[in-house]
Amino acid sequence: MAIEGVDIVKAAAYIGAGISMGFGAIGPGIGEGMAAAKACEAIGKNPKEAGLLTRTMLVGQAVAESTGIYSLVIALLLLFVV
Amino acid sequence: MAYDVQTWVSVAALSGGGMAMGFGAIGAAIGEGYTAARANEAISRNPELSGDIFKTMLVGQAIAESASIFALVIAMMLLFTKFAAHILMVPVLLGAGLAMGMGAIGAGVGAGYPAGACCTGMARQPAMGGRLTTNMLIGSAVCQTPAIFALVVAFILLFTDFSQSPVSPTWAAILGAGISAGFGAIGSGLGGGLVAQASCEGIARQPLTATPVTNVMLLGQAVTQTTAIYALLVSFILMFKTFPATDLIAPPMALLAAGICMGIGAIGPAIGEGLAGQSAVAGIARNQEHVAELTRLMLVGQAVAESTGIYSLVIALILIFVV
Repeated sequence: MAIEGVDIVKAAAYIGAGISMGFGAIGPGIGEGMAAAKACEAIGKNPKEAGLLTRTMLVGQAVAESTGIYSLVIALLLLFVV
Repeated sequence: MAYDVQTWVSVAALSGGGMAMGFGAIGAAIGEGYTAARANEAISRNPELSGDIFKTMLVGQAIAESASIFALVIAMMLLFTKFAAHILMVPVLLGAGLAMGMGAIGAGVGAGYPAGACCTGMARQPAMGGRLTTNMLIGSAVCQTPAIFALVVAFILLFTDFSQSPVSPTWAAILGAGISAGFGAIGSGLGGGLVAQASCEGIARQPLTATPVTNVMLLGQAVTQTTAIYALLVSFILMFKTFPATDLIAPPMALLAAGICMGIGAIGPAIGEGLAGQSAVAGIARNQEHVAELTRLMLVGQAVAESTGIYSLVIALILIFVV
């Protein structure tokens, strides 16, 4: 069977999308878990500041999430745009 | 130099068996070593209890061992079964070996954490020995579930007849199913173990908190298992959906990529959720009046950590159903 260039390019884009989102999900998951862990510890020590600590945790996690979102964007670009 | 199909099937069976046992041995060994180390620490602190601690160590190690026994069973089956000479048996055997080998890593390490903490806890608080052992057993049993998912996928792969399916893209779907179930099990086993470890440590520190600690442990562990369940779901879809035959390269690669995406993508969120659960349980053991705040914060934190696992699921489903 004759393999066409377009087909190979598509195949590479699919594999790239899978690798991008798969590996890209490792770091944010662990990092956000660490943020949540420390927030739990802090509330255990100082429950009065629960509101402040939760807000800080969520902002920190949102920043850690950004690389996960970059991976998602790149995966979607590979799937639908490139 | 061309070899016949039977030769390639044998090659796949032998390499699959090697992968199953080779990767499958990593986790159990680390987990058992960790347990033994903590048992020694505990005995040096409280030598009079050496008998009880030794017994607990052996029970804990036996549970950590179970995942690698699954891997041994799959390896033996791959080595000594005569498989049909069909080209699709090559990805089946490689996928089954990879699924079980990778799937045993997290469960082995994870089950070692509560076992080690239980040994330390016994030395510190001998009166709570029974409760500690119960928590250790429940906690390490939950850690084994992703390894059992991997075992189920390996068995389904080995006993399903794929001979009527088109070679392309079924080969990629089979391999993707094995990768998804195998890698997807690593994080959930580890994360579940972290939460169970904190519960054993917490009960030893403050026996009165045993009930809320156990409840939150189970909740936290349940959340860590979710990404392994996504991986199992993707693996089932890849195994049981019928795909139209194709001569192109792109469709099989999309299926393989779906397996890689969900399998690898499940590792991080589950470990992160385990870390969050670990600290929440430890906090409750110190200060049980704040169960509500800590549980709520744990769940919010875990929900954020889960998001990248859900992105992986979405990309995997797009790869299977849309492109």
